[in-house]
Amino acid sequence: MKISLKWLNQFLSENISLDEKTVNDLAEKVERTSVEVDSVSTLAKKQDGLVVAKVCSIVAHPDSDHMVITQLDIGQKELVQVVTGAPNVAEGQLVILAKVGAHILDAATGKLVELKVANLRGQESFGMLVALQEIGFDNKIAPKDFEAGIFVFDEQDGMQVGEDALEVLGMNEPVIDTDLTPNRADMLSMIGTAYEFGAMLNLSVLLPEFDLAEYEKETKDQITLDIQDKDLTSKYAVRVINNVSVTDSPLWLQKILWNAGMRPINNIVDITNYMMLMYGQPLHAFDLDKLHSHKIIVRRAKNSETLTTLDGQKRDLRANEDIVVATDDEALMLAGVMGGVSSEVDSNTKNIVIESAIFNASLIRATARRHNIHSEASARFERGINRDNTFVALDHAAQLADEVAHGQISHGMVVAVDEPYETKKQKLSIRRVNKILGTALSEKEISDIFAKLNFQYTVSKDVFEVVLPARRPDLSIEADLIEEIARLYGYDNLPMTLPYGPTTPGKLTTTQRQIRASRRIMESLGMNQAISYVLTTPEKAKQFAENAIDEVVSLDYPMSSDRTTVRQNLLAGLLEDVSYNVSHSVHNIALYEQGRIFISNNKESLPTEIEHIAGVLTGTLQTSTWQTSKMAQPVDFYDIKGIVDSYLEQIGVANVTYRATTRHDNMHPGQTADVYSDNTYLGFVGQIHPKLTKSQKLPAIFGFELNLFTVLSATNHSTEYKVVSRFPQISRDVALLVNNQITHEDIIEVIQNYAGDKLFEVKLFDVYVGDKLPAGKKSLAYNLVFQDENTTLVESEINVAFNRVLQALVSEIKAEIR
Amino acid sequence: MSLIEDLKSLKETAVKRINATEADIEALRVGLLGKKGELTLLLKGMKDVAPEDRKTVGEIGNDVRQKITTLLSEKKAAIEEQRLNEQLASETVDVTMPGSNHHVGQPHVLQQIIDEIEQHFLGLGFEVIDDIVDSPEVETDEYNFERENLPKDHPARDMQDTFYITPEILLRTQTSPVQSRSLEKHDFSKGPLKMIAPGKVYRRDTDDATHSHQFHQVEGMVVGENITMADLKGTLLSIMQELFGEKHQIRMRPSYFPFTEPSVEVDVSWNEVTPDMKPEDIQWIEVLGAGMTHPNVLRMDGIDPEKYSAFAFGLGPDRFAMLKYGVDDIRQFYLNDVRFLSQFNRKGN
Repeated sequence: MKISLKWLNQFLSENISLDEKTVNDLAEKVERTSVEVDSVSTLAKKQDGLVVAKVCSIVAHPDSDHMVITQLDIGQKELVQVVTGAPNVAEGQLVILAKVGAHILDAATGKLVELKVANLRGQESFGMLVALQEIGFDNKIAPKDFEAGIFVFDEQDGMQVGEDALEVLGMNEPVIDTDLTPNRADMLSMIGTAYEFGAMLNLSVLLPEFDLAEYEKETKDQITLDIQDKDLTSKYAVRVINNVSVTDSPLWLQKILWNAGMRPINNIVDITNYMMLMYGQPLHAFDLDKLHSHKIIVRRAKNSETLTTLDGQKRDLRANEDIVVATDDEALMLAGVMGGVSSEVDSNTKNIVIESAIFNASLIRATARRHNIHSEASARFERGINRDNTFVALDHAAQLADEVAHGQISHGMVVAVDEPYETKKQKLSIRRVNKILGTALSEKEISDIFAKLNFQYTVSKDVFEVVLPARRPDLSIEADLIEEIARLYGYDNLPMTLPYGPTTPGKLTTTQRQIRASRRIMESLGMNQAISYVLTTPEKAKQFAENAIDEVVSLDYPMSSDRTTVRQNLLAGLLEDVSYNVSHSVHNIALYEQGRIFISNNKESLPTEIEHIAGVLTGTLQTSTWQTSKMAQPVDFYDIKGIVDSYLEQIGVANVTYRATTRHDNMHPGQTADVYSDNTYLGFVGQIHPKLTKSQKLPAIFGFELNLFTVLSATNHSTEYKVVSRFPQISRDVALLVNNQITHEDIIEVIQNYAGDKLFEVKLFDVYVGDKLPAGKKSLAYNLVFQDENTTLVESEINVAFNRVLQALVSEIKAEIR
Repeated sequence: MSLIEDLKSLKETAVKRINATEADIEALRVGLLGKKGELTLLLKGMKDVAPEDRKTVGEIGNDVRQKITTLLSEKKAAIEEQRLNEQLASETVDVTMPGSNHHVGQPHVLQQIIDEIEQHFLGLGFEVIDDIVDSPEVETDEYNFERENLPKDHPARDMQDTFYITPEILLRTQTSPVQSRSLEKHDFSKGPLKMIAPGKVYRRDTDDATHSHQFHQVEGMVVGENITMADLKGTLLSIMQELFGEKHQIRMRPSYFPFTEPSVEVDVSWNEVTPDMKPEDIQWIEVLGAGMTHPNVLRMDGIDPEKYSAFAFGLGPDRFAMLKYGVDDIRQFYLNDVRFLSQFNRKGN
């Protein structure tokens, strides 16, 4: 809320100094003690050289049909000649002159510009007559009357020719704009703010005083009230003021409004806004003569009911949800949110009804959201109103309608509802305060804080009993009072300690350690960690998902069509990452991601979340850009398989096998394998189907996706140490010609079955497929290494084993030994 | 005594021959010291030397042999060294040419921040809760909001626009629900609950430079019999100094969250704070929200707020990474541009 400190001073026992340093220090104090401050500013924004001037004469410009030459009295010996194009300029007006040398804001740049003598078609102009919008007023707050021309003062407001116009317009008043958290309903009013600032500055609060002069005419004879549902309002009252003259407000009232960021409309509407700013109690004025019946009803909206609100919009009301104030035959307003056009107060209005009420906060909040009207009134009703001020604000408004609009206040207030309310008290022990805050505050220190806050309290045996004031609906429990003490004591003054007491071990679980190890292993294999979006399209959510029948989790009300569905695989996201990189000329990519996928169970329960780990490779894994012997080939299936293999070995998964598969729709049917540990399925690895990559003009991409939970459950935690044999190895090579359908795994199986227990390892070291071989054949060469842990091997023994292998290869897989 | 003279003269000529530039050291060794070498031949004359002179002649003979042997091996070593030097010179490479590339993968920058936070709190005896059971990313309205003291029509729900799946199930908007899930299970006979919960959260926001519909949070909570707001302040100072450096300070300002009371907004100093610094010279930036857990929240989790007190805080790794490295667009974190990711080398920070 925009708080003019000059106005605030009316409510404080001592004036706050308005100099820049004091104001900035105060704003800093507000931030540390109370709420955030959005800005500290003045409407003047460092402009100067603006004076009140009287238009003494006007003559036509000889060379222009839209400009005139004016002579202005600014209280000095000589008149000032100014050429203006303002259509509303007239002799005798009091206007704002920006003198030569004045600094005014340039609307386009927001910078100050210095005004110089101008020559307008041969006529010199010593300054400029200005509209409020030309001296920094926002269009939203400048009065509509002068929309098309310069601003004209009302002489009755008593300004003098030559006076500083910024001062007269109240534009030099420093304004602190507080950014209120939803709990601080109290600070949506000047009085509430005065209590808060007063507590910080140790000043007491002066409440406004006024005398109400009622006429004999009875309010109840002119209006009756009917509240149809007691859930809608807890306080509801009206007053009637007769014979008002609706005009512009006096300048003092307009100044208050525009410094608070509100536009002056007319004196009646301005009074209701003024009271809302002062008390935090929204009021609404109806034109009594526009009401079709003199019974005001508060009810829920009916089926297919409509209402044109003051912003000119015709709104379809939500039956049984929106609260309306109505007459017998029509809805007058969206209660607590916005008035309606049909009963609007205008310049012809004579008799008015002013309503002051407290409406159901939840319903108001729902209405404001539904119709997207976040008005000053709805903001206050949503947060909570000081019930003590509802009728005071109504009386004060009536008194002002008398004073400012010369109306006659009818006798009595008609009250439809006034729910009794019990004043709440809260107990609080000194021990509890210090236990929560970690302080050692004394009874005196706490008492002082409550006194500053103007809370009523008693103390007995170290226990306070505090009356929770109606102006602070945010206070209801012990912790709320502790917060009040903490912030006024000052968070800067709190000591800093670490929790003490029984020690707890800070440690990760086995699964947590394994997941972290999985990431480290991937990184040591050269993969960069990616974090992609979890929300995606329905197609991508399922693109590499394990089971086509698994239901996806979809948003009820997505923000955009590309983020509607929760992912069931990580690869689709990684592919998006690859695509982004390739389109930005990054061609060598090695990324992995560890994260969750989601499978819907049923609408009523949470989905199943599963941790996955996936990776992609594309381009080359080149080791040198210039040494030809080291320049790598584009990555292929065996590169990505090697990463999966190394990862599984490092994380401790044994007996890993790769089974060729064509079951993944979006994977290359000839270059994809399902990965198993014994008979546990872990995931898959292979080339992303070229139909996906080609359509996006991407190179060949290789990827894998593993279910991290099944991987971790297949791990063997124990590490078995084997003595590294110090005895020599014997090596034998064999080259085989086999049918194409014989796999490497088939060959390895034969070798392992027949080589005996001295076989240390088998390595594939050459593969040849080509013209020089018979059709349907391939050539593979293996190196067998034999070693014994305990003794030096005897050649003849190895020869026997090796020959046994050769024979088996011939007999079992029809290999031809080359 | 001509043998002595012969020996001396052999010594002189041998030295000259060995030191000659073109000397063939191996041929000289054979020619001088070999079975038929010059020295060997001369020493065969020993048998003709008078017995009383043999000792002297013998010594001279040994001396000559010694000298020649030493000289030969020195010369041989020198020649070998020279050859090696020539060879090495021929092998000289341009050390300024690029080395072979051994690509090292890196953790994502957000992961690095989360890891740093995690390490710090593990050191302070905290548990890390990030498993699917206690920290689900798809949550119930009950845990995400109601148990956090945000009933259905609470105004503060506006602060967190939510991706709903059904009216009761949503993508969590905060990691706070992990508090309730952890508290329900905690056995206070084993000491206080000290936990952090890192993870992804989601808000119904339009993505732009400062908003992302997906980001990360690290929730922190301590529940025990003597937990104070001073403990909160000390804990937050320690993590902020971990992340931003030991000379940085924090300040707390009043704020409002439905799940904490008192609630504070915490700022960290952007510049290093020295004891002689004027308060107005410290630049503060808002980094996190925290507070003493609201008694309603504790009560809903089955904890007696009279017996136990608690503090909670929410750290934002995305915001920290932006501040720490000057990243000006939050979307960078989720595009996974290799040129972006590879800048954040792990430096053992």
